[in-house]
Amino acid sequence: MFRKLLPSIGKYKIYAILTPIMMMGEVAMEIFIPSIMATIIDDGIKGGKGVGYIAKMGLIMAVMSAVSLIFGTLGAYFGSKASMGFAKNLRGRLFTKIQDFSFANVDKFSTASLVTRLTNDITNTQMAFMMLIRMAFRAPVMLVGAVIMAVRVKPDLSTIFLISVPFLALALVLIMTKAHPRFRSMLDKYDRMNADVQENLIGIRAVKAFVREDYEKEEFRKSAEGVRKAQVFAEKLIILNGPIMQLTMYGTILAILWFGGNMVIDRTFEIGNLSAFITYATQILSSLMMVSMLLMMFVISRASIGRIVEVLDEEIDIKDDEAEDFEVIDGTVEFKDVTFGYNKTAEEPVLKNVNLKINSGETIGIIGGTGSAKTTLVSMISRLYDVDGGEVLVGGRNVKDYKLEKLRDKVAVVLQKNVLFSGTIRDNLKWGDAEATDEEIVEACKAAQAHDFIMSFPDQYETDLGQGGVNVSGGQKQRLCIARALLKKPKIVILDDSTSAVDTATDAAIRKAFREKLDDTTTIIIAQRITSVMDSDRIVVLEDGKIDGVGTHDELMKNNEIYREVYLSQQKGSEL
Amino acid sequence: MAEEKSRPLPKGGPGNRGGGRPAEKPVNMGKTVMRVLSYMKSFKIFLVLVVFFIVMSALAGVIGTAFLKKITDDYLEPMVKFKDRSLIGPFKETLIYMGIVYLCGAISTYLYQRIMMKVSTSTLCKIRVELFEKMESLPIRFFDTHTHGEIMSRYTNDVDALREMLSNAFANFISQGITIVSIFIMMCVYSWQLTLIVIAMLFVILRVTGFIAGRSGKFFMRQQKAIGEINGYIEEMIEGTRVVKVFCHEDEANEEFSVLNENLCHVATNANTFANILGPVSNNLNYILYAIIAIAGGLLANNGTLTVGTIIAFLTYTRNFSMPIAHITQQFNSVLTALAGAERIFSIIDEEPEQDEGYVTLVPAIRNEKGELCEATERTGLWAWKHPHQSTGEITYTQVRGQVEFDDVYFGYVPEKTVLNGITLYAKPGQKIAFVGSTGAGKTTITNLINRFYDVPDGKIRYDGININKIKKSDLRRSMSMVLQDTHLFTGTVMDNIRFGKLDATEEEIIAAAKLANADSFIKHLPHGYNTMLTGDGGNLSQGQRQLLAIARAAVADPPVLILDEATSSIDTRTEALIEKGMDSLMEGRTVFVIAHRLSTVRNSNAIMVLEYGKIIERGDHDELIAQKGKYYQLYTGMFELS
Repeated sequence: MFRKLLPSIGKYKIYAILTPIMMMGEVAMEIFIPSIMATIIDDGIKGGKGVGYIAKMGLIMAVMSAVSLIFGTLGAYFGSKASMGFAKNLRGRLFTKIQDFSFANVDKFSTASLVTRLTNDITNTQMAFMMLIRMAFRAPVMLVGAVIMAVRVKPDLSTIFLISVPFLALALVLIMTKAHPRFRSMLDKYDRMNADVQENLIGIRAVKAFVREDYEKEEFRKSAEGVRKAQVFAEKLIILNGPIMQLTMYGTILAILWFGGNMVIDRTFEIGNLSAFITYATQILSSLMMVSMLLMMFVISRASIGRIVEVLDEEIDIKDDEAEDFEVIDGTVEFKDVTFGYNKTAEEPVLKNVNLKINSGETIGIIGGTGSAKTTLVSMISRLYDVDGGEVLVGGRNVKDYKLEKLRDKVAVVLQKNVLFSGTIRDNLKWGDAEATDEEIVEACKAAQAHDFIMSFPDQYETDLGQGGVNVSGGQKQRLCIARALLKKPKIVILDDSTSAVDTATDAAIRKAFREKLDDTTTIIIAQRITSVMDSDRIVVLEDGKIDGVGTHDELMKNNEIYREVYLSQQKGSEL
Repeated sequence: MAEEKSRPLPKGGPGNRGGGRPAEKPVNMGKTVMRVLSYMKSFKIFLVLVVFFIVMSALAGVIGTAFLKKITDDYLEPMVKFKDRSLIGPFKETLIYMGIVYLCGAISTYLYQRIMMKVSTSTLCKIRVELFEKMESLPIRFFDTHTHGEIMSRYTNDVDALREMLSNAFANFISQGITIVSIFIMMCVYSWQLTLIVIAMLFVILRVTGFIAGRSGKFFMRQQKAIGEINGYIEEMIEGTRVVKVFCHEDEANEEFSVLNENLCHVATNANTFANILGPVSNNLNYILYAIIAIAGGLLANNGTLTVGTIIAFLTYTRNFSMPIAHITQQFNSVLTALAGAERIFSIIDEEPEQDEGYVTLVPAIRNEKGELCEATERTGLWAWKHPHQSTGEITYTQVRGQVEFDDVYFGYVPEKTVLNGITLYAKPGQKIAFVGSTGAGKTTITNLINRFYDVPDGKIRYDGININKIKKSDLRRSMSMVLQDTHLFTGTVMDNIRFGKLDATEEEIIAAAKLANADSFIKHLPHGYNTMLTGDGGNLSQGQRQLLAIARAAVADPPVLILDEATSSIDTRTEALIEKGMDSLMEGRTVFVIAHRLSTVRNSNAIMVLEYGKIIERGDHDELIAQKGKYYQLYTGMFELS
């Protein structure tokens, strides 16, 4: 799993390698310095070698700490450079990968979870990486180095470590393994609590309208209490770390003092070395502690890394590598025996053997109940999803033969759930065509009946939309989305219930403009309102993933039961 | 929207310390600290215990080192000097004392951590609950002016920072403060000359580390800003990823992203470099201090001022001096961040809650033999407004009938822009009133005023003849149900979600309501029927199905007034026709306000109000409006203009 992330180190590899080297340099100094300290005490102060000797040793020590400082500083610099660079590359890789995703890929993950992966999971991984290159070498090297030094100073006294090190290691491992599942369950509870808050935020109007505040408060109190309990349950174990560490450390020091002290009395050991030995003991045990913390950190970040790798490993199910550079020559669309299902394991597909030919320039209306697969049908045209069976032809060619960009440039879809982006109205419109002139923009907006309201804003086309287009109403948003699609100058325009928030008169005006200005463009309109489609050249009635009837309004009124029913349900009482 | 925007792993567990925090400055530190402490009031005794054990644990370390001096000076040195083992007994004894001190230290450490954990988790829980409860009581206006992401980050980032402070920094500050002070005292006792040197060096160390911490803080602030920018971009582009793909905008997105990404990488590298340098710098400066002390100590030992044991102990203290200082400088930033976060949390807690001076309440009623309304003890199906008159002290009961009056109402969400300009209307009980008009004409605003999501001046809106500002908000809202354009579903079963409006509804009532809304058939097809769990705002249901659930929700609540705001906009007309009967029986006997684009939905209303720019420009029933040949006629016949 971790290996999957390695390529993201990229050009920061050199820093990633240098960091542990620097850290080891720093450690080496830290290991040698206590022995100098010992000489200062033993030979200098006690041995009476004089102030000159102490000054010399002090100077050596100062030089060593200067060297250590250089190593440490460089280690800090290289470490940040490597880990931030790594995070940058990884973030970029992930973002680019998501840009390559097909709709089906996005559906699988949900956008909210993709955002979390790109933000928090990356941050966690970056932290783990920094710890890895800075500490994962430092701590073991410190451990080994201090052991070697201790053994060199006094091998027989070092046997104490044979007891204290395994003891501490065992205790730490036990605590960690026991604590891990508890932490997981705490994190789950924590996530759920935050999801509660999120729900209440989104649905605050519903909560208030139904006077649910007290109930929600009670629920939240419960989940906050649950988090608290889980937290206590998990941390109860973790806080044992400190005292156990202290006990081992103090025990070791006492043992060193007793046995070491006896050796001193027997003159086989010096007092200065005794205190150096204690320093080594501290280094050994605290680096052991560090290793256990590192392990915990990795366990925690593993979930994040897993989620990132999941995205990176995701097979992109719509590819155009083998496509040739064809242009879409006209706006004909043909469905040949098309079958499709979102869930490949489901028994019944969503689209069942659909056959339909749409001529270039034709206006087609699509009508059908909720869940009759209207959106699904048109999604096949710009290859937002790939068919499971049969084929879809655009401009006389299978959609799979086109480069995606060529295809989608000529097939403009105005999605049902549409979004505008932060920036001005003009910025947003230019998504359709980055080189659009002012005249073209105005023309598209006029066709989409957006020009008038845009001009009523003080900043007109330079009006800032805010994130998600919060500064315009639903109907205005839909019209801007239509204008944006028109700017692509497509051969095929698909309006997927794109005027639902627009009033009837404006809706009619949009269709009128389409008829007049875009007569050679194939227009496909999905609508709830029968009036939105009744003037189309042909109307397709969808029912349960199948075509129930195709024809003009009059024809369908005559021979299509469903169409007539829909019509009557909408027109009832109007002939008064 | 900021779904799941911030979902950091809570910093718990090990390995998450360090100076990696932005140095945001709280505005009023003292006040905020006091306020955080006020949450721990009920734990006063525990806090005293915590401080006590921290002192014990810190002292154990310091005393242990003092024993070290005693051992070398009083036992080892003499025994080495005189080559005998005569002092071995006291030596052993001292070691035992030392062991006891250490043991007490370790136990104290455990105890203070354990108690502190209890205090901090309870405090956090309390703050979270208070924050949430406050959030629930805030007026809708607050949510208009704050993004979800912004409010969410109070719960996640800010509470987490506070948690970090309470569980680590708080105790560490005390413990390290005590260690520093006691070490300092011991140093003074051992040798004032050497202590002077330490003070001088300390000054240098603090200056240097302070400088580095300052630089790091500055870059962290920039990093925070860069993270904000890139996260905003990610959120927007990923939420809108389908549009990005439809417009083949991927390359542009990648490019824009990489600019933000580069920038973040640059400032983050700087910020972390400085934060990471802090450790080695203070560590190595301490070594230098050690060397200087050793040299000075050597000089003083030469002229006999100091013993070897004193120097060794002093040197050990010097060693132990640097750690707490480094820790405190490192944690200073995290404390500042936590306090700044706490201030943001408190600023929400201090927000003005929804004002409700209403005293007219909703009570179940019953008619006594004289035909007068009386308060009933249980649900009777009949409701009354209980109106205690402040001047006379008498209580009157008015039957809840659902009569709504607007008298020349003006309203704007912001003072500069009025949305409603003099709305006057009168809805008789049981009438169906429809609002028609283009987006932004003020239809939804009217309904928002009826249930007091927003307030208007006294007496402008009356409900059953009572000024709605006098009615208790919760009771007012309980007397009406809203079916909104966007249905928000909550985590729970389908059953729970329908029960939403009436917590004590029985299963039968719920199924009956679902049948009424024509939702029963699709619910039965769900994997577990009514017990199917809905998660993530019911993401697996279609818009139309959600609206059916919302209608069922309103049906269960069974209120005298019903507000349908584009309630059927996502339901296709055939299904709408199917539920029409259900809707009709739902609406029967209730005052209903309907907002719809689809004119077929509003046709059979008793009165239709055509709104334009916050004014009612036409009113009447369908036939009258058609006969008027005004705006309504135009809108309505617009449907036919093309056929």
